[in-house]
Parts: sequence; C-alpha cells; structure tokens
Amino acid sequence: MKKRILVVVLSLIMAFTLAACGGGSAEPEININPEPAGEPVEGGEITVGVTADLDSSLDPHVSSSSAGTREILFNVYEGLVKPDSEGNLNPAIAESYSVNDTADEYTFVLRDGVKFHNGNDVTIDDVVYSLSRAAGLETGEPLVADVAGIASVEAIGDKEVVVKLKAPDTEFLAHITTAIIPKDIDPEKEVVGTGPFKFTERKVQESITLEKFGEYWGEKPYLDKVTLKVIDNAETLVMSLKSGAIDMATHLVFSQVKELSGLNIYEGASNAVQGLYLNNAVKPLDDPLVRQALSYAIDKQAIVDLAFDGHGTLVGSSMFPALKKYFVDELTNYYTPDAAKAKELLKEAGYENGFDLEITVPSNMQQHVDTAQVIVEQLQAVGINATINQVEWNTWLEDVYRGRKYQSTIVSFDAHGVAASDMLARFQSDNGKNISNFASEAYDKAYKAAVSTTDDAAQTEAFKECEKILTEEAANVYIQDVASFVAMGGDFYGYEFYPLYVADFSKIFKIAE
Amino acid sequence: MIKGMNSHFKIGAVITCIMLVIIIVGMFWTPYDPNQMSGSEKMQGPSLQHLFGTDNFGRDIFSRVVQGAGATFMIAFATVAIGLTVGILIGLFTGYFGGWLDEILMRINDSILAFPSILLALVLIAIFGGGKYNIILALGILFIPSFARLVRSEVARQKNMDYVRNAKLMGVGTMRLLFVHILPNIVPVLLSAIAIGFNNAVLAEASMSFLGVGVQPPDPSLGRMLNEAQTYLMSAPWYAMSAGIAIILLVLGFGLIGEGLGGERNG
Repeated sequence: MKKRILVVVLSLIMAFTLAACGGGSAEPEININPEPAGEPVEGGEITVGVTADLDSSLDPHVSSSSAGTREILFNVYEGLVKPDSEGNLNPAIAESYSVNDTADEYTFVLRDGVKFHNGNDVTIDDVVYSLSRAAGLETGEPLVADVAGIASVEAIGDKEVVVKLKAPDTEFLAHITTAIIPKDIDPEKEVVGTGPFKFTERKVQESITLEKFGEYWGEKPYLDKVTLKVIDNAETLVMSLKSGAIDMATHLVFSQVKELSGLNIYEGASNAVQGLYLNNAVKPLDDPLVRQALSYAIDKQAIVDLAFDGHGTLVGSSMFPALKKYFVDELTNYYTPDAAKAKELLKEAGYENGFDLEITVPSNMQQHVDTAQVIVEQLQAVGINATINQVEWNTWLEDVYRGRKYQSTIVSFDAHGVAASDMLARFQSDNGKNISNFASEAYDKAYKAAVSTTDDAAQTEAFKECEKILTEEAANVYIQDVASFVAMGGDFYGYEFYPLYVADFSKIFKIAE
Repeated sequence: MIKGMNSHFKIGAVITCIMLVIIIVGMFWTPYDPNQMSGSEKMQGPSLQHLFGTDNFGRDIFSRVVQGAGATFMIAFATVAIGLTVGILIGLFTGYFGGWLDEILMRINDSILAFPSILLALVLIAIFGGGKYNIILALGILFIPSFARLVRSEVARQKNMDYVRNAKLMGVGTMRLLFVHILPNIVPVLLSAIAIGFNNAVLAEASMSFLGVGVQPPDPSLGRMLNEAQTYLMSAPWYAMSAGIAIILLVLGFGLIGEGLGGERNG
C-alpha cells in the first residue's frame, strides 16, 4: 500500500519537474512563407487534413453548400470564367466574353477542346443547360443565388452563348463562375466537371480522393493525387501534421502554427469579416447609441493581440482588404477604443448601469470562442455583463442564422465571388440573410443605386457609401479579417492564397529530394 | 493491516483539507483576477510572479486553477448531493417495501446504468442545453442509480435484523423506522460510496467541460482548462500540467479517504 502512494508522489514530482523544464525552452522557429528549396517536380501525392467532411450533396449548384465544400470543389468544377489568386476573373470554359453598353447582356465564346472528366467535349448545350439549371429558368427557383439575375440563356450556333439579365449588373462576371456540368449526368450522383482535378473516390466521414485530370485545358497540376482526410478534431489535426500522417492543412490559426516548427507555413487572410454580429431587432441593441457604445468598448487590436498573437487585419465595415477596390481603410479606426465614451453613450441611451448581453458562439470554432472571451472582459470594463453561450454548429444555423433568435454572435462572413455585393447584400432590410435585422432606408437606397448603375466609378462609390452607413450606424462590431495559415510538410511548396474561400491544389508542388 | 488503512485515510484527509482550504480562500481572494487578460504576459512559464505561469490570454494560471478547482468542486458536490438524496429515498423505499415499485424503479435504474454515463449526460445536455446548472442536473440524475442500488441492498439486508423487528414490535412508524433506525446504520457504507462518487463527479465534470458543454468560458473549471491547454501541450506544458495536477489531487484525496473508510469497515 505504501508503495502505491510512493509511486503517486514520485509521478507528481516528475510532472512538476517536466513542467519546470518546459518553462525554460525558447520559442521554436516558425518558417513563414518559405522560398522553395529546390526545383518543382511533376507528380507526387499529398494528403490534406480537413476538419469537416464535405456536404452529402456535391452538386455544385446547390446554394446551401458550405464554404468547406465549395473550397474543395473549386478544383473540380469550373465556370465560364475563373478567378485567380490576384482576384482577376480570367476566361476559362469561355475563351472570351463581351458586354453590351447597358451591362444587361453578356456574350461568351466557348473555348475549343475543353473536356469533361468523363472524356466528353464541353458543348454549347452543356453551357446553356448548366446556366439555366443554376438560374432556375425552368423551375422558377434559382439554385445559385449569384446567377438569379439571369433572364434568359441562348445559344448562337455551337460556339456562342448570350446571357440576358433582368437588370443591369456590372459585377455579373464575378458570379458567372458557376460550374458548367454535363447535361446528361445527374450531379447528385456523379461528380463530373472540367477542373484540373477529377473526383475519384469518396468514403463518407473518412476521405475524398482527387486525381490529376490529364486532359485539362489549362496549366496542368503538378500533383498526381490529392487525398482529403477528414479529421474533425483540431488537436488531432495538428498532431497528424507533426507526425507526418497528413502533409497539409488549411485554415489554421497562429496558436496551432506555433506548434509546427519545421513545416512550411503560408500566411494569408481568410477573406472574411469576423465581427460581433448584433441582432438589431432586440432590445437594447435596437438603439444605435448602444451599438455605438459597444463599438467604442471593444478594442479590436487587443483582440488580435490577445487571441490571435497579433496576426490579423483590422476592418471597420463589412469588407475585407483583399477586395482592394471597395475596401475603405478610413472606416477601420472610425471607433477608437474609448471606455469613457462608451459609458457616456450608454448613459445617453438610458443604460447607465449596463445590461446583460448573451454572445452565442459556435463551439467548434475556437477562434471565435477565444474572441468572445476577450470581448467579455472588454465589455465588463464599461459595465456590460456579457456571457458566452456555446452552441453546436447546427444549433447555430437553426437559431441564429435561420431563426434569428439571438442577441449577438461572433462569426466570420465571407464572399462567394470577388464582388462587393457578396459582402453587402445581406444588410438590406428585406434580405433573407440579414441576420442582423439591420434596417436603414439610406442603406437600401445606396445599395440599390450601386447595383443598378452601370458606371463603374459610381458603383464603387455607392458600395463605399454602404460600408460607411454600416459603420456609422454601428450595425455590427466589425473586428478583423482573421489571419489564415496553411501548413505543408517539408517537401511541399507553392500554396497560393485567393481573395476567396478556396484551396487551389493545382499550384502545389513537391521539390526534388 | 488496519494501521495501513488508516494511513490511507489520513493522507487522503490531509490532501483534501489542503485543497479545501485553497478552494475556500480562492472564493474570496486569488493572487490575480482569474479572468484578467494581459497582452504582455502571454504564455509565460512558472515564475515567482505567476506560480503556474500564464495562459494564452496572459491570465494567471494559478488563480484560474484555484477558481477552477472551486467550480469543479461545487459542481461535484451538488451532483453528489442530488444523486445521494434521491438515491437514498429510492433505495430506502424500494429496499423496504419491495414489490412492483421495486421492480419498476430498479429496471429504470438498470437501464440508466446500461448507457455509458458520459453519453447519457451528453444526451441530457442536448435536451436541456449546456451550462453549469444543467451539468449539475444531468450528472446528478446519472448518479442516482449507483446510490439507490447500494442503499436498496443494505436496507434489504437490515430489514430482517433483530433491531428492526424490535422497533416494529414497539410500534415505530414506517417513516421513523426507515429514516431514524435503518438509515443511520447504513451511513458507514454510504460514506465510502460518497467519497468514490465524489471522485467520479469531479472526473465527469472535467470530462463534460473538456468536451465544451460544461462551465462556459471565460470562467475557469479544471476540465475547461485542460481543454484549452491541449493546443499548447508542447509549447506551454505547465498549462495542462497545472490543471491536471489539481484534478489528480482532488481525486486522490477523496480516493484515499474512500479507500481508508472502506478498509476500516471491512477490516
């Protein structure tokens, strides 16, 4: 019996000693944005860890598909035009395009020799079928919201297609990245696209395999095979990277990257706006003064420093810096952290003694949970008693996103395409995705002006006006564009960040050993 | 041998007393505000200013461990209290009266025991929602069967003993018989069960909070701290270590007490 106690005591002493040793170790070197240490070679396989399985439906036109699914399908499906890592829209399945003066008629010329993964040529009929299906021309219900503005799609000969819009839209090109699929195959059952990788195998909740498509029309990928392995636990993901069980993982945060010395780390932006999104329809958040008080009470830089080790780009409205054309930098510091001012505004609004604020956070998103913890502390300083309510992702979708039964939440919103409207449409008072229940006549007017004009400069101005209104009215507390890290095992290089939520595997290469 | 058992009890009692003193002091005073963040003091190793170092928000881990141990202790205490109270009631009645009530309640008991307890707790959390009080409720319900079974079997054994018969002959009412005559006689058995149950409750709370459904951040609990610390296992081992050691000490203390008591009774 005594022996047992001795063992316990000894192991405790050992634990303490270990802890003390750990204290002395220096910060390991992290290799960020490394230069390739050799020439790229053709071929090779990479195993990528993903934190969630793809949606059950891989139909590229299903609009409810998650960002995680869209980012992978980017490698498999392509549209008439395709965005690149600079945010430009390059002709893809279309070889060229033209727009009429009123920006309501787009003509695309089909590229020669584009093949589907099943070996068939892409015909004009496939294009017409795909666009009609996505826009819901026959059913009346658009599958893809981005192309809901299409009025008609017509083939001229077997090379050209004319797309007529219901209303002028100069940003339409950003939305016509909608996948082209073969008209005789059900996309629910078979995944057949035109991208650099073809979809070969899927084991539900386990893995997805993509293979190089040899007959790809464009620049062919280096890698022969990409295997996506579902690892739904963030810690296991990092451990697998360290052990070499997987070669790559995307969407890492700095605290995870810190553990990964020796791997190639790429730092980019997540191209999404993280914010404390407020339900403008419930008391006391319906009062602009209260929302402004929150904006003054929250120190964004402190959030980035405390929860993100200083990695992240501050924003001031619903726009991220990668969309350079529309990003208004002056709004970033519109509200400088000022507790006294916040208290004053609260007093003016009649909440001298503060109020209770519940922050609903999806529990699987550690970065948002961390952010919430910092915000709780910051709000306490001005007398607002904030509490965190962690919920399952599905509960969040149900209660917050669809039901709008919440007070405040912390998430990031991204853009589907490289278009300002993707970030701003949701704040129109009658928009179905307006989870903030933001209602401003001035905003609705500015947004309408932006989408209805065909003058590029006027449109940009109008979008900027929208952003300004969001900031001035303090619709939400816009925090930052979270830094996003990609880690790749020793021999892999070449990751490129997009101003979109995509992971492009075609540029990744292995170097000669 | 008896001497050896007693030393278990003594060591357990010493550890538990020290933990209790720390927890009680921690309710009124900690070296730092456990939720106070500091950007300049992130991830520091143990030092004289911060005995257990600081975490990823620059919060003092010692203060958090003390408060977290308090939260964990309170939840475990409340859990055992619920399980014990209801368990005793069910055990006394079913054990004494038997019959169909016994059959029904014991089958319900069995079916609860048939589920892995963490799984069942998660189901209850999914129904009630998370948070401190729901955790207490969920775990409390889970702890009822083990106490009920124990009390039932003891009552069934005691009810035919002479002292119970005598009391009955003297005209003692059933309630008085159950609570005043039989219950005190099964307390020794209960004590070690409580100590062990308390251990299980500490671990259950830690597991639930580790899974993210227990105590909500930013408030600390030992399980939550372990959960947060696992990201930094390599770069800040003192973080996980501090919370882990606190759990070990809490469990060890009560475990030794339980073993000591159990040994004394058997010996």
